Amino acid sequence: MVEKPKIVVEDLNFWFRDLRVLKGVSLKIPENKITAIMGPSGCGKSTFLRCLNRMNDLIEGAKLQGRVLLDGEEIYGEGVDVFELRKRVGMVFQKPNPLPKSIFENVAYGLRLHGMKDEIEERVERALKDVNLWEEVRDKLSRSAFELSGGQQQRLCIARCLVLEPEVLLLDEPASALDPVSTAKLEELLNKLKERYTIVIVTHNLQQAARISDLVAFMYLGEIVEFGETARVFTNPKDERTERYLTGRFG
Amino acid sequence: MISRIAQERMWFATFRIAALTVLLFLFAFLLILSLKGARVINWEFLTQSPREGMTEGGIFPAILGTLYLSLGAVLLAFPVGVMTAIYLTFYAPRNPLTQAIRVSISNLAGTPSIVFGLFGLALFVKTFGFGVSILSGVLTLGLLVLPIVIRASEEALRAVPQEFIEASYALGATKLQTIRSVVLPAASGGILTGVILSLARAAGETAPILFTAASFYTTELPKSPFDETLALPFHIFALMTEGTAPEAHTRIAFGATLVLLALVLSLNLVAIIQRYRLQRGKRW
Repeated sequence: MVEKPKIVVEDLNFWFRDLRVLKGVSLKIPENKITAIMGPSGCGKSTFLRCLNRMNDLIEGAKLQGRVLLDGEEIYGEGVDVFELRKRVGMVFQKPNPLPKSIFENVAYGLRLHGMKDEIEERVERALKDVNLWEEVRDKLSRSAFELSGGQQQRLCIARCLVLEPEVLLLDEPASALDPVSTAKLEELLNKLKERYTIVIVTHNLQQAARISDLVAFMYLGEIVEFGETARVFTNPKDERTERYLTGRFG
Repeated sequence: MISRIAQERMWFATFRIAALTVLLFLFAFLLILSLKGARVINWEFLTQSPREGMTEGGIFPAILGTLYLSLGAVLLAFPVGVMTAIYLTFYAPRNPLTQAIRVSISNLAGTPSIVFGLFGLALFVKTFGFGVSILSGVLTLGLLVLPIVIRASEEALRAVPQEFIEASYALGATKLQTIRSVVLPAASGGILTGVILSLARAAGETAPILFTAASFYTTELPKSPFDETLALPFHIFALMTEGTAPEAHTRIAFGATLVLLALVLSLNLVAIIQRYRLQRGKRW
């Protein structure tokens, strides 16, 4: 089903203290496609996403078992530069989280972190154009990022990832704090971006998953119950639990 | 039985009286000091050395000495305090050593200031041989305000929203990069407030400099960190206990008190304004 997997997850288990959050998750995420992870709140989908760029490393009491391969290489292996990994695998959070800096500096921040000193202005401009934000902010680049609307902030956060030329973009319910117009803009943007990036989006919004994803995984109680092409999963779910979730009988 | 509404009124009035007492006390305090102190304050008083056995002249060396001591102490406590707070907030593992550091800070904060004075005498004045000097006083006062700087900094660092820190890590920042470029700028206002408060505290303390830095009477200005110095709080004590010319001394003492109070209150005011600006400017 997945011919060119960008990310391969094999038998991933995750514990937070005594709580087992992920139970033997295996998944192949294809390149240049949008893969959606859907499921009810607390099913482990955000935790799963955060395993893909090792953001869970920061959580005290977290334990992980299993393998995650990016381009065939183990990201939890010895000698892996986790900071370089997070540059390759960008992340956008549920609530827009611009840094308390100017609009320009928010985008330039990643470049400065990684010592990319050339063409900072050009790169920032290109990233802002990529997320269709440039026209809206070109005259106020030195203003605080908090002056932007929620939707603009979220696009700024995406630009902040894109400027680092990542390979994968992880989005954790990126539209849940946005109004419908901003959400539509965001979805349109993701569709455009999948030509260049591998996108994994976590959502509990079924319509959104149906609209934008090429593949969808349904997660329930820390397990992947079903994974397949979006159209097929939505029209002809194989697992009874998926069907019940899709028809709104639990979740 | 008293009705609930009456009870409500009665307690509300009681609370209000309690709060007004504070205001009244401060007001009376300022009024008396101003009336007694303002009479001697003039340009000469602020810029001249004491003369004629402290019955004439001004308090300039004491003002200067207090500035040297408090600025020196804070200059010393600031880097150590901020670095300690960074360690405790971002690096310290949960273990007995960390616990010991935390307990030490609390104890240090609760230690009576005279103990700092004796400690400074034993260590800096005698053991290190710095003598009674600005240096010894700065070191002793520095230790005294260290817990204030640490606590204010820790509080400010912890108040930085986790989402900023996560955003930075997610972009591939190291912990050090995150602290330097995101956490410290966001916490700087709170840290600065702590620094100003500790400056005020260091300026007002008497006991720690009693045996370490303060001279009873001198007309000379200190020429090096190894000289002893006059300082406002101790100068007031010296004037009031001198006893040779009680009337003149008392007059000057009240003048010096007013100057010290003005110094400390204006520092506190800066801290309050800073805090206010910070809270208002916060958009997270």
